[in-house]
Amino acid sequence: MAAEKAEMDALKKECDALRTQIEAARKAANDGSMSAAAGGVASVGRVQLKLRKNLKGHLAKIYAMHWSADSRSMVSASQDGKLLVWDTFTGNKLVAVPLKSAWVMSVDFAPSGNLVASGGLDNICTVYNIKAASPKTLRELDAHTGYLSCCRFLSDSEILTASGDTTCCLWDLETGKQKIIFTNHIGDCMSLALSPDMNYFISGACDSLAKLWDVREGACKQTFSGHTSDINAIAFFPSGNAVITGSDDCSCKMYDLRADQEVLDYTDSSLNAGVTSLALSNSGRLIFAGYDDFNCHIWDSLKGEKVGVLSGHDNRVSCTGVPEDGMGVCTGSWDSFLKLWN
Amino acid sequence: MSTNNNIAQARKLVEQLRIEAGIERIKVKQYFSSLFFPLLVSKAAADLMSYCDQHARSDPLLVGVPTSENPFKDKKPCIIL
Repeated sequence: MAAEKAEMDALKKECDALRTQIEAARKAANDGSMSAAAGGVASVGRVQLKLRKNLKGHLAKIYAMHWSADSRSMVSASQDGKLLVWDTFTGNKLVAVPLKSAWVMSVDFAPSGNLVASGGLDNICTVYNIKAASPKTLRELDAHTGYLSCCRFLSDSEILTASGDTTCCLWDLETGKQKIIFTNHIGDCMSLALSPDMNYFISGACDSLAKLWDVREGACKQTFSGHTSDINAIAFFPSGNAVITGSDDCSCKMYDLRADQEVLDYTDSSLNAGVTSLALSNSGRLIFAGYDDFNCHIWDSLKGEKVGVLSGHDNRVSCTGVPEDGMGVCTGSWDSFLKLWN
Repeated sequence: MSTNNNIAQARKLVEQLRIEAGIERIKVKQYFSSLFFPLLVSKAAADLMSYCDQHARSDPLLVGVPTSENPFKDKKPCIIL
């Protein structure tokens, strides 16, 4: 009894010492603020994008969307129980995938364009071949014990998932089995993003933390705190050295991976709605963040200022995406429409 | 019983914090050179600003998309009233 208590005390002491050490190192590196450093950068002015297309087709709330690597096709998921693949140049629907479970929360397009994946309250990530004559279920990845909040293909043979069971997982699509389980979050995982070099990914969870993971090692390398509520959206800055998060606490934050800390906070006293989704323009300068207030607000990522807004949806903006060629931004909403802007 | 669970959890937490504090190196290959971790915020900020600057000219949402090259614009014939 006494020996166990002694060990617990020693471990607790070591924890506290390590936390102090991590904080001291961060403080020592904090030699100036990001917004002060960006003071000399030219302003982007008012960013006014026009609505180019209004895509009608879904019959219920849209929960997720993802661009294809060709920057032309796009897949959307709605709780009407369907995935729709769109040709965004014409507005035509190319493929409709009926879902076994209508409670979908995430969708992704494989880089090859051959596969799409989706999942939600069924706890399963289902992968479909959309190049077949009619959409064919390729795999049902069933091992999570909580809802599937996010899925991201690395290739046609590997996919990462984030779940309400607090874990993320790397799956082998050839066997349909889990390769690596990433455990460390203490709240539902809500979102994940792959680094540009695909060696790392970042996850955001309901424990208000963002964590950086090594895809191959399975280890959590860094933990970023600061948010005071669920992190719903997360994305890498295009250089791979920073990460942007969006939270129910109504703010977005930028964390620099090499400085190991938060470097910018995107808040506005007039914005009292949670952030649901976010996407960056190709240079990383503009952040498109979807909010519960029915708008997608545009932020200057370096100066931390609001520089524009995409208004038009009649309900919460649930998903946002910028294609690889950076030619536009797509917003999806609970109002059942997807809008394209540039 | 539950004390053993608590100890196991505490041990896991210490192990994780050691990774994050940079004490235990699992592999020799590092994501960032340990000599410069954490990096000064001023240097990190300069790098981010430099990246944005280098890529600004090729960012269609920043510079604008000419109408003739806009893939999302509706291609309807003009009606002269």
